[in-house]
Amino acid sequence: MLEITALRFDYDAMQMAFDLSLGSGQCLALVGPSGGGKTTLLNLIAGFDRPLSGTIRFDGVDITALAPNERPVTMLFQENNLFPHLTAADNVGLGIHPGLKLTPSDRDKIDQALKQVGLDGLGGRKPGALSGGQRQRVAIARSLVRRRPLLLLDEPFSALDPGRRARMLDLIQALQRDSGLTVVMASHAPEDALRIADQCAFIRDGMILAFTPPSDILVEPADPAIRDYLG
Amino acid sequence: MKDPAWRAGRSLIPGALAICFLLAVIGGSIASLLALSGSANPFRLLADPYIQRVTSFTLLQAGLSTLVSVVIAIPVARALHRRRFPGRGFFIRLFGICLVLPTLVAVLGIIQIHGKNGWLNHILGYFSLDAGHYLYGLGGILLAHVFFNMPLVARGLLQSLEAVPAESWRLAQQLDMTPLQSFRLIEWPALRSALPGLAGLVLMLCFTSFVVVLALGGGPKATTTEVAIYQALRFDFDIPTAVALALIQIMLCGGAALLLLGRGHNPESELALNRKLRAPLPDGRFARWFDGAFLLIAAGLVLPPLAAVAVGGMNDRLPEVLQDPAFYRAAATSLAVALPAGMLALTLGTAILFTSRHLAIRLYRTRSARLVENTGALILVVPPFVLATGLFILLRGYTDIFSMGPFLVVVINGCMALPFVLRVVGPAFHQIGNERDRLCRSLDLRGMNRFRLAEWPVLRRPIALALALSTTLSFGDFGVIALFGSQDFTTLPLYIFRSMGAYRMDQAAVAALVLILLSFVIFQLIERGLGGRKHA
Repeated sequence: MLEITALRFDYDAMQMAFDLSLGSGQCLALVGPSGGGKTTLLNLIAGFDRPLSGTIRFDGVDITALAPNERPVTMLFQENNLFPHLTAADNVGLGIHPGLKLTPSDRDKIDQALKQVGLDGLGGRKPGALSGGQRQRVAIARSLVRRRPLLLLDEPFSALDPGRRARMLDLIQALQRDSGLTVVMASHAPEDALRIADQCAFIRDGMILAFTPPSDILVEPADPAIRDYLG
Repeated sequence: MKDPAWRAGRSLIPGALAICFLLAVIGGSIASLLALSGSANPFRLLADPYIQRVTSFTLLQAGLSTLVSVVIAIPVARALHRRRFPGRGFFIRLFGICLVLPTLVAVLGIIQIHGKNGWLNHILGYFSLDAGHYLYGLGGILLAHVFFNMPLVARGLLQSLEAVPAESWRLAQQLDMTPLQSFRLIEWPALRSALPGLAGLVLMLCFTSFVVVLALGGGPKATTTEVAIYQALRFDFDIPTAVALALIQIMLCGGAALLLLGRGHNPESELALNRKLRAPLPDGRFARWFDGAFLLIAAGLVLPPLAAVAVGGMNDRLPEVLQDPAFYRAAATSLAVALPAGMLALTLGTAILFTSRHLAIRLYRTRSARLVENTGALILVVPPFVLATGLFILLRGYTDIFSMGPFLVVVINGCMALPFVLRVVGPAFHQIGNERDRLCRSLDLRGMNRFRLAEWPVLRRPIALALALSTTLSFGDFGVIALFGSQDFTTLPLYIFRSMGAYRMDQAAVAALVLILLSFVIFQLIERGLGGRKHA
């Protein structure tokens, strides 16, 4: 269970305040206009930004004051998830040991993870020799070896074409079900939310304006702000 | 457990230390000079006719040098942007050489071309023509300053022309713009955004130009504040006059610096040599002649002195110089001063960048971050002689001048190279911060692991370049050493200067050629050795 209570943060002039709670193993989509606070909310959950006040609890444990690496969280960024000078396998290996001191059994785990995301045999390649979608798959493989129960996605598939994006979302959904991951995903494409999300939060001006199953607010929204956003 | 990243204090220490060091150097030297001027109020000296004459000449030569540099550089940059011709890349690289060539060496090259017994007068002599003595005085100073600064401006302008998106040119074609219209609507806006910064930089370089004025300026009629400070300190030990001149100098450079800082600076340091798209303008015969003429002017200005340095060094004095123990001592001293100075610049620079990056990406204090970095460039505004003399006076109670000379040269050369380090390393530093900091924190990459896996692979080449640049700059520098040099403390540039002063031009030319070759070797050794082979 992810519980966010009275979480406040100021970004430049915008004052943000978030409250939400999400059951474990569920997928939440954050939608809304850019600059509205989606990424900031993810940064706060991941620990990259420190809130002014409020608490973040995961499975009953208060994680508000923890360092990013101590949280039960993996976050996938829009880009630059990999180090360009390291191979795909080493990039995954960083999730096991940040100094890359890897045992043979660690190497097996890495191969296993790469296989799981459909990159069997590509572990020796550097990111420059992989496609955009493959690079994000490497990052997903790393999140698998890290075994953190909360996965945050900051529009990591927005640069992919629709077919690839759909397959990535399906991959996420499969992993979510297999490993019981809780997923929070920022997206500017409502169809992403409709495809895999159990819940949907509409965020604008640093506030959650609606929190319901995605079909309720994205198919025929009553709120004029959401109608305006969807066009 | 508390997130260590938020222990903000610790990450602020390196930059704070570096800034304190800089401010101590600047503040300490100015304070000690002010204290020593005592009852003689340096502000009253501002009305002194000698100082006023020096000031107005400084303004005149700097203003004219900047104007001429810019007026030539604009058409040259346009021509280089629009034309593709064999040797274009070579041309642009030559411009780059003008920027890093030790000033004294370039001055020597210019004298060999334009001096009384120079190549130009020899050639004109065949046709029974006489160009006269145009080299000493304002003419020579202008010539040398344009030699250094026109390429600088042209490269800067070329960069902003190449940043014009290809769509703009396609649009111009589609809308059937005349060359004049497209200049006004496309090229001029691009140039105009870069011009104030470049002009400010050139003004500042001309205000602080030392060797050029010392070697080519003639007597009190053609002296600038920078040289006058040196003369007041070295020959008269007239502290009040030096302080008054220093105050003027700080004001002049400060004004030029405002021009520089007011505009957003261009973080791009590499110039793309082979961009596919050029201005597809309707092209008449006049345009071709016009571009060709300015390229010829630029070549005529830049090439001969460089050639003179290369050729002039191969004279019959070569064996004699190469057997002179004093020459080797000078070369060794230069190296012994340059390496620590380069290291100092790099240390100060990375410390400042470390803290400014922390301010920018972790604490969202972008303005404080900018302020920290700009403080690092503050040193440009203060004349090196003022720093050197101030520190000398401050420390003279503790030690003697002979042991202090090398120390002061290292400290001041290091500080002077700091702005270059900030410019070269800064973009990569901030790029890692913007793109990888969150990733590193979530993977718990810290300390050595973070340095080894995240920072060094990206920073390696810019750091190597910065160290190579600051070391070679210091290696060829003829500034503070003019004040503190002695028989026992002679660098290669001082050796060259002494030879020139004794009218042993051939000896100077040999030493200058060796200086260039050594600079090149040092640069390559550091850049390749530390930076590794080029990889994608």
